Amino acid sequence: MHVLETKDLTLAYGDQIIIDHLNITIPYGEITVLIGSNGCGKSTLLRSMARLLKPQSGAILLDGETMMKLPTKDIAKKLAILPQGPVSPEGLTVLQLVKQGRYPYQKWYQQWSSKDEEIVQNALQSTGMAELSERLVDSLSGGQRQRAWIAMTLAQDTNTILLDEPTTYLDLTHQIEVLDLLFELNEKEKRTIVMVLHDLNLACRYAHHIIAVKDKTVFAHGKPEDIVNRKLVQNVFNLDCEVVADPVFGTPMCVPYGKGRNLNGVKDNIVPVHA
Amino acid sequence: MRKYTSVRAFREKFSFLVDRKAFKYNIYFLIFLGVIFLLSAGMGEQIFSPWKVINILFGNSSSFESMIVQSFRMPRIIISILVGVSLAVAGAILQSILRNPLASPDVTGITGGASVAVVLFLALFSNESNVLTVSIHWMPLAAFIGATIIAFLLYILAWKNGLSPFRLVLIGIGLWALTKALTNLFMILGPIVQASQANVWITGSVYGVNWSNVQILAPITIILLIIAFIMTRHLNIQELGEDIALGIGSKVERQRLGMLLLSTALIGSAVAFAGGIGFVGLMAPHIARKLVGSSFGNLLPLSAIIGAVLVLLADTIGRTLFLPVEVPAGVFTATIGAPYFIYLLYRQRNA
Repeated sequence: MHVLETKDLTLAYGDQIIIDHLNITIPYGEITVLIGSNGCGKSTLLRSMARLLKPQSGAILLDGETMMKLPTKDIAKKLAILPQGPVSPEGLTVLQLVKQGRYPYQKWYQQWSSKDEEIVQNALQSTGMAELSERLVDSLSGGQRQRAWIAMTLAQDTNTILLDEPTTYLDLTHQIEVLDLLFELNEKEKRTIVMVLHDLNLACRYAHHIIAVKDKTVFAHGKPEDIVNRKLVQNVFNLDCEVVADPVFGTPMCVPYGKGRNLNGVKDNIVPVHA
Repeated sequence: MRKYTSVRAFREKFSFLVDRKAFKYNIYFLIFLGVIFLLSAGMGEQIFSPWKVINILFGNSSSFESMIVQSFRMPRIIISILVGVSLAVAGAILQSILRNPLASPDVTGITGGASVAVVLFLALFSNESNVLTVSIHWMPLAAFIGATIIAFLLYILAWKNGLSPFRLVLIGIGLWALTKALTNLFMILGPIVQASQANVWITGSVYGVNWSNVQILAPITIILLIIAFIMTRHLNIQELGEDIALGIGSKVERQRLGMLLLSTALIGSAVAFAGGIGFVGLMAPHIARKLVGSSFGNLLPLSAIIGAVLVLLADTIGRTLFLPVEVPAGVFTATIGAPYFIYLLYRQRNA
């Protein structure tokens, strides 16, 4: 069991404070989604939780220990991160890519143990990439490519997986495909998943826990059904909307106002169905 | 269907995954290198058949034949192979840490740094009658120092909260131009005889090497190669980008510095004995990548062999085709390499 929490965490780029004295705990074994408007620092927060960014002050704790003091390879065995829009080098096959996930466990003379093989095969199976393992990563579709990268993080065999906008650049079908996969990994293998998502409605569908980031701190966090409402969207995204129940899952669904096809907007002449 | 073979020994103390296709390519090119080796040893003013060459190598020949092959041609062939291997491996390493297929010993200015050092060396340590006042054996050391200085300059100038590959390449090209200018300056300032001497060396030539050169270069190259092959898995993850490499547990900055130094050492030692044989470090890894992909376990050995093939081929052509005139090997590698570089740039324009 690996628990991730921040303690008085302050993140900054130079003089610019991004996150200010934040204390938060990521629930174990659940899917947590970070939401917030562009540039609010949610990605920065995620990156810092994976030690890609050094805190200016405060700390990230992994199982109660300060992350910056832990050997980086030990962290890599407990926690994996998939950054946003990873680029694979030309001419690398899916298997060769996924195999890299075993790096923290290997030595130069020990690069393909039976255990490595077993875990890599499992990662390929559970992402549905086994059939494509000989294909070049550059030749895959966007969704397949993202699944290949996810397989690589799975090969790291960590309990916690962080993903920075895993659905960017994907069409809707592939977004659902990737999120379904992550949900299955959480459900079947009890992995803790933390990710940044842009689509609030998808976030509400898949997340057990939502963290809304605003003004250098967390505006609200909790179950989507408990915290996502009109007021939250107004505050966090500065957007007026209706929050209704998703017709498929019943989770909160945000229907934004705006102009639509009406220069004056809709607020004045159309009354929402339910509020 | 299975394209890989798992190799495990001593209760899995040693375990590797071998790509069969890459393995085959390595064998093919090794055989090809062997063929060129025999042909090269047999070619020159005295021509021997490959069979004869084998006989000479095993000592079944007259002392005259043995002298030609063993004393004159063999050191040159071995140095060519060592230099080709060094430049190719250095190029492959640079392409990995800079994450740029255009990166090479030449384009980063590291070869240029070595050349400046040599021209400066010739200008400083010779008297009015163009005789060197110190032993010529110091020249390789000068080349090595020059290469290392440029590598460090590259590293320091490109450093800003970390090492961005993009900045490294831009600064590398700047240093390339600078070293070119300095080389020209020192050549113009120096006596004309040295200028022509230095020019042959800068173009890249293994002319006039002997067994004592081999004795120095061979152990250096072998040790550096062993280090490079131990580093392959770090090279692999460097190529995935900084964030992925960090996330996966690599000490990225430290490894990058180590690899940069490794490639500098390879380039420095190669340039010291053969001058700036250009574009080998660009072409060899590139050709290898086309054939076996970019996993370094496959890429590094094949690059090394192709590098050896390129330099040996260039030198063999250079010393036989226009007899009695010798053309430096670097002229041939540049003749193929420069258009290749342009072709790569041309292809990159859409990327």
